Amino acid sequence: MLDTTALESFPSLISHGINVAGEISAPPSFQLPNSNDFDGFVKETIQMVKPAKGTTTLAFIFKEGVMVAADSRASMGGYISSQSVKKIIEINPYMLGTMAGGAADCQFWHRNLGIKCRLHELANKRRISVTGASKLLANILYSYRGMGSSVGTMIAGWDETGPGLYYVDSEGGRLKGNRFSVGSGSPYAYGVLDSGYKYDMSVEEASELARRAIYHATFRDGASGGVASVYYVGPTGRKKLSGDDVGELHYHYNPVTPSTVE
Amino acid sequence: MTKQHANWSPYDNNGGSCVAIAGSDYCVIAADTRMSTGYNILTRDYSKISHLAEKCVMASSGFQADVKALQKVLSARHLTYQHQHNKQMSCPAMAQLLSNTLYYKRFFPYYSFNVLGGLDSEGKGCVFTYDAVGSYERVGYSSQGSGSTLIMPFLDNQLKSPSPLLLPAQDAVTPLSETEAVDLVKTVFASATERDIYTGDKVEIVILNASGIHRDFMDLRKD
Repeated sequence: MLDTTALESFPSLISHGINVAGEISAPPSFQLPNSNDFDGFVKETIQMVKPAKGTTTLAFIFKEGVMVAADSRASMGGYISSQSVKKIIEINPYMLGTMAGGAADCQFWHRNLGIKCRLHELANKRRISVTGASKLLANILYSYRGMGSSVGTMIAGWDETGPGLYYVDSEGGRLKGNRFSVGSGSPYAYGVLDSGYKYDMSVEEASELARRAIYHATFRDGASGGVASVYYVGPTGRKKLSGDDVGELHYHYNPVTPSTVE
Repeated sequence: MTKQHANWSPYDNNGGSCVAIAGSDYCVIAADTRMSTGYNILTRDYSKISHLAEKCVMASSGFQADVKALQKVLSARHLTYQHQHNKQMSCPAMAQLLSNTLYYKRFFPYYSFNVLGGLDSEGKGCVFTYDAVGSYERVGYSSQGSGSTLIMPFLDNQLKSPSPLLLPAQDAVTPLSETEAVDLVKTVFASATERDIYTGDKVEIVILNASGIHRDFMDLRKD
């Protein structure tokens, strides 16, 4: 059953479901094309529209909390449509979501998730857990499974049980874990992240590891680049730790030593 | 038995380019006025710009039938907002409305590539750039449409400012004056016209600032 809460933007003047003429109105739904070949049509439109994809995001849990990092490049086919995309989305003051896949899909559903989390707080007089928030998102995405949206996200946050990290995607998958990297640059990020990871790291060590992992991914993956942003989520909430242009990071990690001219 | 594929598509591309540049207290939005289909020119005098709210202007290229439908939906929603809140919609609010409107048609998209320009609540220029399904971002300048791949690198060269994602934050407002920005837009369209067959005829330039809205036209090559 499709999740239609995102579509209820037209407040009905009378009770929901009955319109002014007294007839039962149709439930809100995404408009679908009248096509014999829906899958082919969707495939063609996505090809034509070419939503922004290609990215490197990562997140890991360590002793002090959760570290989240991402690049900022959006590509449409071979064209770089933006170098300043916010891929780390602030769902609420203690929860972050990462963006990989279709930019519009991620932006829209994260915004919707933020609304749902706030409604949960108001209805239950307590913050929603990371487990709960990730489940809400996963259920929405599962209901749209197979329709062509592309979302590979990580929900990272701090709740009553401590740090939480879940991977959620548009295939309907939801995984709990300590270390994830998502996107076209993820193999490169995993290489650096896995070899440098220790549970007992300080916040500074962890943020430097995250930053380096993103940098190495942007170096080797053409679809990743721009600015490497690093966020930390701890018991007091989320904080942005760094935002560095990866072009400049390259010379920070590989300083140019003056050589003698022959 | 091979699958029969549709030989009719609901979409067409009418071409054209749009540009928007944000300044410290102004915003320039421009689009050419050529409407084409395939190798034919349908008209040399079609406006791709829509004045959605007092301080908010949208320029869209792509499939103009979808653009017209989108403009109508946004106008209607703005009217409702004015009745309910007794004020005009701000540019950032309209920006999110446009994003949601585009995403509601995620599975049958508006084939419309938009730039939204205007003044924010502090009077500073703001430009929002979109993809066809609603992902959006506030930027200092942007171009969309058939000439965007020709125009964007030039604007990057002239206007590129520090990314808003950098920490410590660096100010990103265009240092250009209003007349310099308008001049830049004219130059950019003249160049795009040379190398993009779908861009030309005339460029319509809209300038939004504290004293209101001003519209200007400049002739471009008609070939």
